Amino acid sequence: MTNAEIGYAPASDEKVAEDRKRRMDKARQARTRERVKLNLIRLLMIGGFFALWEFASGRLIAPFFISAPSAIFRRLGGWIWSGDIFYHMGITATEACAGLLLGSVFGIVVGTILGRRPFLARLLDPIITTFYSLPKVALAPLFILWIGIGMDMKITFTAAIVFFLVFLNTYTGVRNVSRELISILYLMGANEMQVLRRVVLPSAITWVFAGLRISVPYSLIGAIVGELMASNKGLGALLVRAQGEFDTAGVFAALVAIMVLAVIFNTAVRLLERRLMPWKSAEQELEGAV
Amino acid sequence: MVSAQPAGFGHDTRHELIRFENVSKTFELSDRTVRAVENVNLSVARGEFVVLVGPSGCGKSTLLNMAAGLFHPTSGEVYYNGSLVDGYNLKTGYMTQNDHLLPWRDVVGNISTPLEIRGLARGTREARVEQLIDLVGLQGFERSYPSQLSGGMRKRTALARLLAYDPETLLLDEPFAALDAQLRLNMQIELLRISRSLNKTILFVTHDLDEAVALSDRSVVFSPRPGHIRHIADTPLPRDRNLTTLRHDPLYTRMTAELWDLIMPTLQETRGEAS
Repeated sequence: MTNAEIGYAPASDEKVAEDRKRRMDKARQARTRERVKLNLIRLLMIGGFFALWEFASGRLIAPFFISAPSAIFRRLGGWIWSGDIFYHMGITATEACAGLLLGSVFGIVVGTILGRRPFLARLLDPIITTFYSLPKVALAPLFILWIGIGMDMKITFTAAIVFFLVFLNTYTGVRNVSRELISILYLMGANEMQVLRRVVLPSAITWVFAGLRISVPYSLIGAIVGELMASNKGLGALLVRAQGEFDTAGVFAALVAIMVLAVIFNTAVRLLERRLMPWKSAEQELEGAV
Repeated sequence: MVSAQPAGFGHDTRHELIRFENVSKTFELSDRTVRAVENVNLSVARGEFVVLVGPSGCGKSTLLNMAAGLFHPTSGEVYYNGSLVDGYNLKTGYMTQNDHLLPWRDVVGNISTPLEIRGLARGTREARVEQLIDLVGLQGFERSYPSQLSGGMRKRTALARLLAYDPETLLLDEPFAALDAQLRLNMQIELLRISRSLNKTILFVTHDLDEAVALSDRSVVFSPRPGHIRHIADTPLPRDRNLTTLRHDPLYTRMTAELWDLIMPTLQETRGEAS
């Protein structure tokens, strides 16, 4: 019997999919409109805040405490003009980036292994929990003793912080992989590596990225705290120097630079996320378009 | 239930492929013990289409899991092609109501997964996937992710994937339960055609008595939990049957009614148990 004989018509299905596509387009337009509106209101809010700040400075509060937006932007302009800011930002970014990379690679590897080997996980659980509870900042002096005060110390320090965040998320993700999916792959004759690549890692990657997203600000904390403690370069050092000179505008300017760096990092992680999880953006588009 | 072990055991030992021998399975939950199936004896011949029917929770799926080697029976043995099932039974393919597609792979990626595992060359893989996509009518959706597909399309993708790795035995656990009537009929026709032409052995779980009679060579009726076999009925229809005209066939109508009479009392029991 052929499909034609019984009027086999997948058309209904295709129509469903088409309808869905149309609804998705509509939802996308609505989202764009909302985005424009949100950005406009945001701009107004921030502009108002700066205006208020500029007005208050010198009139309501002493400039020593709050400086003024105009002074801060002048300082920033000067740093940009001299190129100083790029040097310091580059140092901090390198430290945070390298630490983030190192910490997350270790975190992903260890998290995956322990996630797949419950015995090992049970064995190491109390030890890991103990180290996790330790405030990582307290490790900085030890790293200074071991490695010195160069960039590699900040990288190690950052990596130590990031490791735990990524490790715990990866571990949870790997433990949460659907057992049925794993069974089905094994029934297809897959080996452990194939199951890992096709099921476990793609499934855990949502969690890994959750860990990475949390790690971004922490990687900057790592790099900057390291610089605050012992360094003459990087945004942390710039901050310390400005504070030492009672240069409030300089402190604020350094903070702005740190914020810019954080935003760049966050955006990079989000882009990477979209790139590595194309099926997620497909799912998100469907949200609200059931 | 003295008559609970009818002629099924040794029904067709000439080409016996799967044998459940005194199989019982209990699950230890935190607060109680659940006896899923009890003393099941069943022999399935190569190329046979056996449907398991019975109230929900009577352990039909448990039997499939044991045939696939995902569970061990608590007592008794499951044999596949003469040897004890111990660990993943790679001769079987599993498809459940939840299609278990990989959400991170598109239609092509999902269907070619078993081919990749088998280590086929890219060219061979692509050709085979294209063939299967044609077979299940998913042209134009090759690059869609499961979340972008309708329920029926997901089911067709899952079926294509199952056929891609071409297991000797298909274990189907209410595979068409969530489909609309028309699509379900199409899938049933396709499944029957494939099973005949490729001589697949099929264990098929369903609640739907019409589906059971339409597809089966034999129907195995289970009692409520702990599930044991209450009755085994041969389907009096020819193997080469036309599913679209089946409803006019008095044999089909009578068999469905017979199964209904067997199931009815168990449904009442189940209801009594649930309340």
